[in-house]
Amino acid sequence: MLEVNDISLTFNEGTPDEKQALQDINLKLSKGEFVTVIGSNGAGKSTLMNIISGALLPDVGDVQINEKKVTMMPEYKRSRYIGRVFQDPMAGTSPTMTIEENLALAYSRDKKRSLRPGVNKKRRDFFKTALNSLHLGLEDRLSAKVGLLSGGERQALSLLMATFTNPDILLLDEHTAALDPSRATLITNLTREIVEKTQLTTLMITHNMQQALELGNRLIMMDKGQIILDIAGEEKQALTIEKLLHEFQRIRGEQLGDDRAILG
Amino acid sequence: MFISIFGAIEAGVIYAIMALGVYLSFRVLDFPDLTVDGSFVTGAAVAAIAITNDVSTVLATTLALITGFIAGSVTGLLNTKGKINPLLSGILMMTALYSINLRIMGQSNIPLLNQSTVFTRLSEIWSGLGIDSALNQGLSAIGASSLPRTWSILIVMLVVTLVIKFITDYYLKTEVGLALRAAGDNEKMIRSFSANTDYLKIMGLGLSNGLVALSGALYAQYVGFADLNMGVGMIVVGLASVIIGESIVGTKSIMRTTFAVILGAILYRIVIALALRSTFLDANDTKLITSVLVILALVIPKLISTHKESKRKRRKRIALQQRAKGEV
Repeated sequence: MLEVNDISLTFNEGTPDEKQALQDINLKLSKGEFVTVIGSNGAGKSTLMNIISGALLPDVGDVQINEKKVTMMPEYKRSRYIGRVFQDPMAGTSPTMTIEENLALAYSRDKKRSLRPGVNKKRRDFFKTALNSLHLGLEDRLSAKVGLLSGGERQALSLLMATFTNPDILLLDEHTAALDPSRATLITNLTREIVEKTQLTTLMITHNMQQALELGNRLIMMDKGQIILDIAGEEKQALTIEKLLHEFQRIRGEQLGDDRAILG
Repeated sequence: MFISIFGAIEAGVIYAIMALGVYLSFRVLDFPDLTVDGSFVTGAAVAAIAITNDVSTVLATTLALITGFIAGSVTGLLNTKGKINPLLSGILMMTALYSINLRIMGQSNIPLLNQSTVFTRLSEIWSGLGIDSALNQGLSAIGASSLPRTWSILIVMLVVTLVIKFITDYYLKTEVGLALRAAGDNEKMIRSFSANTDYLKIMGLGLSNGLVALSGALYAQYVGFADLNMGVGMIVVGLASVIIGESIVGTKSIMRTTFAVILGAILYRIVIALALRSTFLDANDTKLITSVLVILALVIPKLISTHKESKRKRRKRIALQQRAKGEV
């Protein structure tokens, strides 16, 4: 479904600020896989995600979605196949537009946008059913401006907008990190529910080890621009935070940088 | 008095089309587009040169609209593909258009007085209908002494402007229109929903300046000439209309906002007409009055809401104090 082959990317090459963000990254996700990505700040998690989404282009290597090379495809074209939720709850929705208008924007993701009304009776019914699955009562507030919603509600809406057209790939970039604990739990549960129901191929970055262990069926750990650990299946089920920290120490021969950031 | 207000409303309705264009760039795309100063004249110039070369008036006006669309698209290209700051893209295009407009016209002023324009054609058809005499009879009956020469311009332009308003309202609710609004609101987000923001901006600025040029073409035919300098300060007039209208009518929905913009354009012309009737202001002060109007429209609503807010707080404090006293 998703293939990342020999990707490298260096920022500010030839200057004192030179930073090799990714080194020879290889990653293959099969259909329906739900991968959680952990690693300390600067490990290259977000850079990898930006390369998959097309916000950044790699120096070398290629990206394939559904066996189709998309390495140089511009971000807006590639987003036909990719649903994304950002860390900032304000980033995934348009605040001056209503809930139904935002959903209509997302609904047109994989279609050509036409001069027909974005919201009609049939779509409104569909939006209502979709919003119902969030259990937030948003289905009764279709014509409320999204700017009036709370951060948690906006993030839930972003999650719905990113997933309800069944994209080939779902990218979640620390999408619960900016929320308070109870809202974060809500979004985490919604994520689990939605991914289970739709069987989307998902890549999720998180700083929260517990969350990385609870969610998904595969876990990768990144450090200094490389994937240093890749665990799936039953082995992943048996993982604990202690084991993860121990693994890191074994591979890297050093303590995991900032425990607080990792443990969340 | 009545005649000068009547004229102000006529001009205001024509300006309202320009103001709707400014609304598209300034509010919907969040792009303060100074191209307007140039594209208004481009519209006037193209229409004037076409009309003096015996092109039919409707075709001449349509050509003006298309040329304005191209001018706006170029500004959009400068901003999106050239990565030039929005304000600077507009200034560059406005400056370039000054020379281009002179090239189109060949001279700095083209009179249209003896030409057949949209409005002369209109009054030919209109005079047979007898609407003017009916309306003027009504006016005399309520005691008006000086009567407008024709109602045709006002009524027909009002219909045209309202049609443009309803098309704009509809367009902004279509799938493309929603994407256009999102491009002005949250660019990163709409790109993640497979919309080409560069294309949307170029198209939005094209449409905006197309309307501005249409307004310029109609205005030239209304006043009977096209002049190289008739667009100076036009962006401020557009902003004045948008801001005055919004502060009076509000921005609850798109339909309401576009209505506000039209009303703002008409009110603007009325205020200018009234100000010019005073003894100490003359036509050269129009730009000053315009700026003062925009400043007032921006500042007064804020002052009112701060005042209301502090009044509300004071009331709460006093209530709390009285309750405390009561308990002691």
